[in-house]
Amino acid sequence: MGRYVIRRLLQMIPVFFGTTLLIFLMVNVMGDPVAGLCGDRQCDPATAARLRAEFGLDKPVWQQYLTYMGNVFTGNFGTAFNGQKVTELMATAFPITIRLTVVAIVFEIVIGISLGVVTGLQRGRPVDTGVLVLTLVVISVPTFVTGLLLQLLLGVKWGVISPSVSSEAPLDELILPGLVLASVSLAYVTRLTRTSIAENTRADYVRTAVAKGLPRRRVVVRHLLRNSLIPVITFIGTDVGALMGGAIVTERIFNIHGVGYQLYQGILRQNTQTVVGFVTVLVLVFLAANLIVDLLYAVLDPRIRYA
Amino acid sequence: MLLEVRDLHVEFHTRDGVAKAVNGVNYSVAEGETLAVLGESGSGKSVTAQAIMGILDTPPGRISGGEILFKDRDLLKLGADERRTVRGREMAMIFQDALSSLNPVLSVGDQLGEMFVVHRGMSRKDARAKAVELMDRVRIPAARERVGDFPHQFSGGMRQRIMIAMAMALEPSLIIADEPTTALDVTVQAQVMDLLAELQRELDMGLILITHDLGVVADVADKIAVMYAGRIVETSPVHAIYEAPAHPYTKGLLRSIPRLDQKGQELYAIKGLPPNLLHIPPGCAFHPRCPQAREVCRTDVPPLYTVDAERRSACHFWKETLDER
Repeated sequence: MGRYVIRRLLQMIPVFFGTTLLIFLMVNVMGDPVAGLCGDRQCDPATAARLRAEFGLDKPVWQQYLTYMGNVFTGNFGTAFNGQKVTELMATAFPITIRLTVVAIVFEIVIGISLGVVTGLQRGRPVDTGVLVLTLVVISVPTFVTGLLLQLLLGVKWGVISPSVSSEAPLDELILPGLVLASVSLAYVTRLTRTSIAENTRADYVRTAVAKGLPRRRVVVRHLLRNSLIPVITFIGTDVGALMGGAIVTERIFNIHGVGYQLYQGILRQNTQTVVGFVTVLVLVFLAANLIVDLLYAVLDPRIRYA
Repeated sequence: MLLEVRDLHVEFHTRDGVAKAVNGVNYSVAEGETLAVLGESGSGKSVTAQAIMGILDTPPGRISGGEILFKDRDLLKLGADERRTVRGREMAMIFQDALSSLNPVLSVGDQLGEMFVVHRGMSRKDARAKAVELMDRVRIPAARERVGDFPHQFSGGMRQRIMIAMAMALEPSLIIADEPTTALDVTVQAQVMDLLAELQRELDMGLILITHDLGVVADVADKIAVMYAGRIVETSPVHAIYEAPAHPYTKGLLRSIPRLDQKGQELYAIKGLPPNLLHIPPGCAFHPRCPQAREVCRTDVPPLYTVDAERRSACHFWKETLDER
């Protein structure tokens, strides 16, 4: 197990450098970052040149990348054009997005798995068909439609929630955004759980559990669910990384000042340092989440052993 | 009588129609007695067993008639909860493939101990001790160290021993073993069979041994029920049937066992295929494959004729079959 973890960590190194380089290049292709600084007007050439020199933008791209990576390893993610340190932006943005992700994951687990178990055990019944159609609708409708619609209905029309999240983003204001963020994954979790449960109900060991005279509850929870949830948990695990980076749309709709919001602003203002910095951290989160999922897999299924 | 199955009918409702898997089966098992149920796949032997255990998948399965008397109670009239307490406690089942029949993500200790936790209300710790005891009893080496291991860490024979231990856990009065040795190496088969027979003697349990292996039957069974297309075609004490079968199907089965003195000759096989349960042939279901079939076999369903005090045969021409050898 220890050797496996080390090997996996080593494998992360090329992935890490590859992705960050790619992002770095893409951001550079986006256009001249200095041009965006002066708003709609043309920048004064002298000021532009000064800014370029200050941020090292006059050097070749590969050199910029190396300098940047060197700084990152000392914990210096650079400074945004407005003078704020990127690490400071992260310190305010990440806690909010983590909170939003947690809310979303809780929805996926509680609602997704419950619906999956119910439909999986009632295959072909009206409940099953109904939920199946519903998940299909949720998967097909883009998040921004679901988000805006719910915001309009619950926030503006009925006033159940506040349509915009305040800058501290307390947990109770994140419930609806969390649900919106979770919606598509939630539908997938439901379907995955359903299929897995339906498949395992016919398994021999479930028949054995019934033959042992165990109460139905115990058969389902201890025998059926334990086995059926293995693929579901791995899905949810990898989804953590996706949700954290993928909250851009949801955060925009509900005006949440999290990672997605900062990224959006960064791209809009061609703020290289912010974009690359945030994406670098997201890449790390993604890699860590994947490693944890793989290790979790071995814990959940004793047949899997890593050497 | 410990268990008496009377005129049991089971059907499966499928998209193509109703498959009649069990069509009026009668058999009985006494305490300490071993009944071997013999037949090809699809003959209804496993379905009958599942109906007795109450683990039939319903739907698509449906018990459409008959009685299952166990200790003078009709199991089919019990409520679901009462029925559940009979399972595991008073009757238990051993399945063919121990690897898939044991839960892959729970340790064998957990799975064995579960019987005591659920049925006896024991603490997890006491149940664990009981699990070790059971593993010792079925002679699994180093039981104490291995109680936390998972099914895939055991060999096939050891796994089947664990299945047996689980069935024995609460000392039930009836065990149904559905092809318990089919998935095992030939060398291990005998050991497992011996263990099963030994425990059965010790606990004076009734045993229903479902198999298609006539070799196994001769050693351990007291009596045999041969099934074909969901019906019993012959019942007999074990030795009589080997000496002189009273049904052409049994005869065919016996002739298809390879023997040492047959070396170099072609092995006998019963012609044709087992019948489609959606369209069981009229009359005697075996007539299309029977070398002795006559006109009456095509039209009249043979009743179970009394051959002697202990033998029955569902063949119109059981006498000729018996004499012919």
